[in-house]
Amino acid sequence: MANLASNFVGIRSPNPFWLASAPPTDKEYNVRRAFEAGWGGVVWKTLGLDPHIVNVNGPRYGAIWGADRRLLGLNNIELITDRPLQVNLDEIVAVKRDFPDRAVVVSLMVPCEEEPWKFILPLVEATGADGVELNFGCPHGMSERGMGSAVGQVPEYIEMVTRWVKANTRMPVIVKLTPNITDIRKPATAAKAGGADAVSLINTINSITGVDLDLFAPEPTIDGRGAHGGYCGPAVKPIALNMVAEIARSSDLRGLPISGIGGVTTWRDAAEFLALGAGNVQVCTAAMTYGFRIVQEMISGLSDYLDAKEMSLSDLVGRAVPNVCDWKDLNLNAVSKAHIHQDLCIKCGRCYAACEDTSHQAIAMLPGRVFEVKDDECVACNLCVNVCPVENCITMERMAPGSVDPRTGRVVSPDYANWTTHPNNPLATAAE
Amino acid sequence: MDTPIMGASSGTESGITAGRLPSDTYAANFADLHPPFDVHEARVAADRCYFCHDAPCVTACPTAIDIPLFIRQIATGTPDASAKTILSQNILGGMCGRVCPTETLCEQACVRELAEGKPVEIGRLQRYATDHLQQRGIHPFTRAAPTGRRVAVVGAGPAGLSCAHRLAMKGHEVALLDASAKAGGLNEYGIATYKTTNGFARAEVEWLLKIGGITLRNGFVLGRDATLEDLRKDYDAVFLGVGLAATNGLDIPGLDLWGIDDAVDFIATLRQSDPAQVPIGRDVVVIGGGMTAVDAAVQAKLLGAANVTLAYRGPQSRMKASRYEQDLAAAKGVHVLHEAVPVEVEGTGAVAAVVFERLGEQVRIPADQLLLAIGQRLVPEGLPDTQGGKIAVDAVGRTSLSGVWAGGDCASGGDDLTVTAVAQGRDAAEDIHRSLMR
Repeated sequence: MANLASNFVGIRSPNPFWLASAPPTDKEYNVRRAFEAGWGGVVWKTLGLDPHIVNVNGPRYGAIWGADRRLLGLNNIELITDRPLQVNLDEIVAVKRDFPDRAVVVSLMVPCEEEPWKFILPLVEATGADGVELNFGCPHGMSERGMGSAVGQVPEYIEMVTRWVKANTRMPVIVKLTPNITDIRKPATAAKAGGADAVSLINTINSITGVDLDLFAPEPTIDGRGAHGGYCGPAVKPIALNMVAEIARSSDLRGLPISGIGGVTTWRDAAEFLALGAGNVQVCTAAMTYGFRIVQEMISGLSDYLDAKEMSLSDLVGRAVPNVCDWKDLNLNAVSKAHIHQDLCIKCGRCYAACEDTSHQAIAMLPGRVFEVKDDECVACNLCVNVCPVENCITMERMAPGSVDPRTGRVVSPDYANWTTHPNNPLATAAE
Repeated sequence: MDTPIMGASSGTESGITAGRLPSDTYAANFADLHPPFDVHEARVAADRCYFCHDAPCVTACPTAIDIPLFIRQIATGTPDASAKTILSQNILGGMCGRVCPTETLCEQACVRELAEGKPVEIGRLQRYATDHLQQRGIHPFTRAAPTGRRVAVVGAGPAGLSCAHRLAMKGHEVALLDASAKAGGLNEYGIATYKTTNGFARAEVEWLLKIGGITLRNGFVLGRDATLEDLRKDYDAVFLGVGLAATNGLDIPGLDLWGIDDAVDFIATLRQSDPAQVPIGRDVVVIGGGMTAVDAAVQAKLLGAANVTLAYRGPQSRMKASRYEQDLAAAKGVHVLHEAVPVEVEGTGAVAAVVFERLGEQVRIPADQLLLAIGQRLVPEGLPDTQGGKIAVDAVGRTSLSGVWAGGDCASGGDDLTVTAVAQGRDAAEDIHRSLMR
């Protein structure tokens, strides 16, 4: 079994699976259950100054579902902790004392002034916590009061606050980023400039999960009205993966540790975040959907994968980053064609409908419901693969160099060539 | 020569008697074979549909219901729209969702059957949608402006009901004439109780008649109350959906013994009765190989018969009952015997045993009740020309007589299924309409 022990900016945990700052890490009772279930660490739900905030008394969550009510996306309007500061601090002390091998990081959100940070940081340090995470991401409620994503959307504020925090604590500082911006590298750069030890991302995405078509109100609805919430869960994973990769492959940010967050539901999701440069992952929605026991599947799955690949955890981190590139760098001489494996085809015809109606008319429907790719029309767009209900029934087959692409009539070149040198590119640099 | 004795005798009383079971078991025995989906089950089942291009299930459906569309309408929470999709093609979609042999029609063609041996449950989904609409009494169709034309529809079974509804929708006045006390034909009298529970057949007819413009007359016997010639004179067109009124017989010794019934009559009696009041033998033999034989054998078992043998003269491959129905019979404890040719019914006064010749041997099966399900046939007197024992019709139901159409079991070309009868009735109505409006 692979060794999953993790060291993230000096914070040690028996595995790289942490629970994100969120309802599951709201109090001692939950965190104890999480550690007993096997989680490597937690980021304690965000602390603030007293008097503590209050939450709504109506629904805090909304959701979208797939088949069989499988929860695909969750939206929440819960705020930071709604319990007194000292209660949380005392509980952190007790948990850390009983679980010294686990990571306990404390999420913080106080007003955008140095004094509150100077006040709260020593209190957290005294608990024995391993680090702090600055909540610059929460997109609902707190942002209306100048905190959370209101800070995270202004790089200058991020840098300023991070600098204050670094100046007032010896603990590692993780800056949690909001995805509700246009370029994730800007806030990450600010965090780095302020001295952050790491960034964590993504926080939740501004969202309305639905509209009640009888009340004509957004969901979740409280007394006939609704406010936007923060979206999370499996549906946001692709957005999170891209933002993690954007930071990981940025030359200016290279080496900035990343804690990956956003829809991690299985070991495979976690491995994907790690491969794109995250040093560990944080989980919330999957635990809220299935309970804490899912971590056992994550541990066994990641361990088996690393064993099968004969890799260590650190070998995996960032392994896919060199292969993330800009569109202009893609090899235009790599020619593929879709191929339908007739032995696996169940003759539903979805590939045909998709290609005929919405793509390149590159699939023929032959007598007996036999579907075949027309190589002289196929642009290898992959839509047929994506809509086919049978895994591996349709595959993309790379054409061998030297063969003739029947669609273009051109010989497939063995050489790499991209848009930057293509004759149709007005800005092309002559390839000589 | 010794003949093997099939079926162990039980401690229960021999002879034909009612109330063999504790009174509280009948309701469970005759409950829905396929219970209705609840909302969540329907959503999950609907989500399994791939919305195939040119879907094979639609091709396999004799009424060509747009199955992917109606399933998608269920999946998106609009079951009434789904029901309208179904009923616009098949006005008896509620009954067909219950009794269609989907395992040899739409569900056999489902690509998921090919992929994983587990098709989308189209029949149950269809019932979910139609029940949703019909249980609230909503009739989603309206009549066109009156045409002033009058059509006689003889037989209020699936073909006649389907034809009458479509004609009424087109604005014609329909006289729906049926010999029985209740409309519905085999839906009312000829299908196993557990396939259509809680008086559904009757409720469906009442719902169908809400279209208006249809006058139902029960107790009308063609040839007695009016001849076909009379009807041709009195109406602008006639549709015959008279079914197969006679049953085939056997020609073996002993058929005059007490305890021998037509399976068709047995099923009809059961459908119109409290099961606890229906007499059944302890050792029942059913002769036949079709759906009627299976319905009779299974229900004999459900009524408390200790031993039920379903004997078919040919090999299993030639049985007209679907494999699903055969498996159902076996699962209910019916002993199925293939290649068993009846030779003689033994007994003094009442049936005591049925003797078969099977693979060169004599097989003697003790029995106190014998049910015959060896097919039904047309009574051709006073009807248009026949072909192969049925009224000869073309693709749209036209007979040898001008102004006379036919469909359902009495007409050539069908396969004696409810759904086929509905399709023929509907298509004949369309052709009648075209003829009348020319």
